Amino acid sequence: MAVLLTAMGLVALGGLAALAAGRSSRLATILGAGGSVIGCGLGLVPALSVVLGSAPTGWHEAWDLPGGSFHVGLDALSGFFLVPTLLLSLLAAIYGGEYLRPYAERKSLGRAWFWFNLLVVSMVLVLIARNVVLFLVAWETMALSSFFLVTFEHERAEVREAGWTYLVATHLGTAFLLVMFLLLARSAGSFDFDRMAAVVGLAPALASLIFVLALVGFGTKAGFVPFHVWLPEAHPAAPSHVSAVMSGVMIKTGIYGLLRTLTFLGPPPAWWGWVLVTIGLTSGIFGVLFALAQHDLKRLLAYHSVENIGIITLGLGLGLVGVSLHLPALAVLGFAGGLLHVLNHALFKGLLFLGAGSVLHGTGTLDMDHLGGLLKRMPATGATFLVGAAAIAGLPPLNGFVSEFLIYLGAYRTVTSHGALAVLVPAALGIAGLALIGGLAAACFAKAFGIVFLGEPRGERAAKAHEAGWAMKGPLYALAAGCAVVGLCPWPIVQSLGPVLGTLPGQSVASTGSTLLGTGHLLLLATVVAGLVIGLVGGLVLLRGRLLARRPVEETGTWDCGYARPNARMQYTSSSFAQPLTSLFSLFLRTRRRLTPPEGLFPGRSSFATETPDVCREGIYRPAFGAIERVVGRLRVLQQGRVQLYVLYVVLTLLALLIWKMG
Amino acid sequence: MSDGAVMEPILVVLLVTDFLLLGSSRFRTCIKLVSVQGVALGILPALLHGAENSVRAWLLAGGSIVLKGVVFPWLLLRILREAQVRREAQPFVGHSLSILLGVGVLIFSLWVGSTLVLPATAELDTSLLVSAGLATLLIGLFLTISRRTALSQVLGYIVVENGIYTFGVVLVGGVPALVELGVLMDAFVAVFIMSIAAYHISREFEHINVDQLDRLKG
Repeated sequence: MAVLLTAMGLVALGGLAALAAGRSSRLATILGAGGSVIGCGLGLVPALSVVLGSAPTGWHEAWDLPGGSFHVGLDALSGFFLVPTLLLSLLAAIYGGEYLRPYAERKSLGRAWFWFNLLVVSMVLVLIARNVVLFLVAWETMALSSFFLVTFEHERAEVREAGWTYLVATHLGTAFLLVMFLLLARSAGSFDFDRMAAVVGLAPALASLIFVLALVGFGTKAGFVPFHVWLPEAHPAAPSHVSAVMSGVMIKTGIYGLLRTLTFLGPPPAWWGWVLVTIGLTSGIFGVLFALAQHDLKRLLAYHSVENIGIITLGLGLGLVGVSLHLPALAVLGFAGGLLHVLNHALFKGLLFLGAGSVLHGTGTLDMDHLGGLLKRMPATGATFLVGAAAIAGLPPLNGFVSEFLIYLGAYRTVTSHGALAVLVPAALGIAGLALIGGLAAACFAKAFGIVFLGEPRGERAAKAHEAGWAMKGPLYALAAGCAVVGLCPWPIVQSLGPVLGTLPGQSVASTGSTLLGTGHLLLLATVVAGLVIGLVGGLVLLRGRLLARRPVEETGTWDCGYARPNARMQYTSSSFAQPLTSLFSLFLRTRRRLTPPEGLFPGRSSFATETPDVCREGIYRPAFGAIERVVGRLRVLQQGRVQLYVLYVVLTLLALLIWKMG
Repeated sequence: MSDGAVMEPILVVLLVTDFLLLGSSRFRTCIKLVSVQGVALGILPALLHGAENSVRAWLLAGGSIVLKGVVFPWLLLRILREAQVRREAQPFVGHSLSILLGVGVLIFSLWVGSTLVLPATAELDTSLLVSAGLATLLIGLFLTISRRTALSQVLGYIVVENGIYTFGVVLVGGVPALVELGVLMDAFVAVFIMSIAAYHISREFEHINVDQLDRLKG
């Protein structure tokens, strides 16, 4: 524990030093990024050791705040979320050092590093806090520091709007958390997590109320549909290394919070699991569909975060169903799949956002219709992006496959051996939904990779793209390697989930171990198959090289479709590539098209554009906030802008209070 | 000399100046009235607690007299010169009505003073002090509300501060001198800033009528 706290102290110190470095961007980057790298590296040691089974530790210090105490603890659950948090923050800090350099002329990088390091410290503190007040302070610090990072380029109007959307959403979420924690604290008689976990026999109605509040509060941070609206706005607006941290790990604090709350609530009723499965399926399908319709690479990735949070939630929901209906196999495999997907998503989504950042760095745009052919110009970014794309689509032999495979496995075993509708329906829906999500995700990344990296450049900037330097390529390679390692040797990693699963409701280390052992031969088989696939591909590549060795090889433009004079504008665009799928779901997506078709024998100017605004934003939040504004607008009568009137309000209030107190 | 014999004339001065403020529209008069009120109040704690707490009480009295009798009038008269206004032309509430309302406030304050129980003042009959303090406070707030110019707002603020100070005298045995000095310091800074603001308002808008600031509203 002391090591972790020291490490976080170093990160915070680095941030403060970067702030103090002020005008010198170079010094600020060295101090800020250096603090993060050293601190996160040091912090990984205790986090990893507790995940691998060493005893939980804690630290308790009194605090002059009502109900508050500096009570932190490190158990397997915290440790499991800490590992990806520290790892990705470390890599993002290295990456950010180079990524932010072009901004140094017009921006104070000291401030950016200060907020980044504060974000890292607050995320870690959220994961280890064992007191409500400390938790909420860390939670709000996390929200505010990421808000300032999102609005890094605040001179752009859309960035400011994204920032406000995020700030409003996160505060609304926290309001629900506040109520939830007050209810928990009242029944526990204390603001300490330990005492809350010790409460037994919580009234079912109260427990359900707390669960729903946690679902909304933590779900807003995690990005459950329909609370996800801030996500596709804020992630594209932030600098790319921050997007990677926010999408890869910060939104996972919502999942952590939900799991931590579940450990306080005792045995869950089955409908909690059903709700989670429903939310997971909705978020997954919604996220991937809207991702398909996007033209902005980072916006597309942000919608995929919603999708992946959906998959995680689906796994956890199936786990809860398993716990409440006493199906240990479903419980263990559901939880294991969901948790492993937390780690995997951090790896591949971090990789993809950093890759998108390299594209922005190298070309200056993220609009897919201006990109193309980048694989030749940015080979390292392209290759690692391909690994990430295959991983997020759940293709073997990469890590996304392993976690989805565990969820599939749990659901299949249940469907084939249990007849009760209460468990059959969610499990069957889970299988079908996961399959749909996987297929659409594969299509979506075929589009993203194909449009951005294959073909010919669609514009000047893509043609002049340049590869990133070592500080940006290094983290990309590291994350791609991480994806491959988890995908190729899943068994030891799944096995080491035992202590983490033991902390979840209704689980013990011993029982989870035996269930996990049952998946061993399948996962080993996966390794063997992966090895065969790699061997086959390698063999084919060698064969191709051998066959082409003594023949003339001609190079030509990609996708020239047989035209004599091919033109980059003849290629598929991001919207035409996805058109068959988006038109299939057009009822749901409500894509806006602006079409000026060519007319007459000598057609003049014609154009076509599509735009897919978020259905929840347009259909739920805009009308709701409009109504609130109209109602609150009536109170404007009170706001006359006259100082005298305001003093009068104060005096009348004081007099009324005085008379009430005296009378 | 008993406490009551010292206290009563000063409280009479306090209330008379309150009512004169309500009734007068010339700024020069108002500034002088406020400074008289400040000086009268400044003497109060030194006389009351002269026996036991001499150094501290005299310190408080000295600071208060210098500030309210010399510094504030000087600052305010300077605004008067800069802004070239002589009198409050159109108060929201007329002067005679103001005085009538002042009488109502005084009656209310006497009622509060007779019922309010304050701690740690066994040796002093405080009901009159509390009533006078509350009346001064409310009249100060009333001045702030009912007049248009920024200068009147500043005057109202000082009167409010005087009211609070009178309360403070009741409790001075229990309140640390540092807090008292802090309040004085606050008042000084506030008046200083407000006079600068009023000066700027008069330069920008060629008048110091605060009610027209609502044109700035979004």
